[in-house]
Amino acid sequence: MELLTALIMLAGSFFMLMAGIGILRMPDLFLRMSTTAKAGTLGAGLMLLATAVYFDSFSITTRAIATIVFIMITTPVATHMIARAAYFDGSALWEGTIQDDLHGHYHTTTHILDNQPAADTEIPEIESDDFQESG
Amino acid sequence: MSTVLIWNLTLAFLSLSFILAFIRLIKGPRLPDRVVALDLITILIIGFITVYAARTNQPVFLDVVTILALIAFLGTVAFAYYIERRI
Repeated sequence: MELLTALIMLAGSFFMLMAGIGILRMPDLFLRMSTTAKAGTLGAGLMLLATAVYFDSFSITTRAIATIVFIMITTPVATHMIARAAYFDGSALWEGTIQDDLHGHYHTTTHILDNQPAADTEIPEIESDDFQESG
Repeated sequence: MSTVLIWNLTLAFLSLSFILAFIRLIKGPRLPDRVVALDLITILIIGFITVYAARTNQPVFLDVVTILALIAFLGTVAFAYYIERRI
């Protein structure tokens, strides 16, 4: 049983390592967040699952599953709030980004999402040749 | 014997990831980058505590993990409000 626990822990820490490499190597805050949120959640979930396997008792398993569910619920919410705040804060997008769907759709003072872009907003031209307009 | 090796490898992966996240915490050009790095560091501490709880056979530490996950969420939400309101 201890070998199985160690193997699941190793898988979890491998995903944590992927999150660590992603947060250092990704070029953009939003890309960085997409790696850390997913890989970090999966890693923490696997490691808590490993403790549930190791202790093999009802109360520990309940606690571990509750913590996994809590992490899975709260991580997307926190990531979305940070991404929204960073977009208002003016975090730079990666220079290879070909489309920013939110450009001009947020009211600058009230932070309310609007369907129509503001009248004085300039939509930047897309210069990439390999981008095809769909439809 | 090989089980000990796997445990040590787990701790090595976690430590390496901790160092990488800390580099991003120092480098991060703006405040949101640092907040994301801190969030990842909290998740890594959760991993360390689970390894320690299993190695020392003390399930009490799993309560610490639950509280730490709660504090990480509250801290990130508070930072998000702060970043959005200070503009």
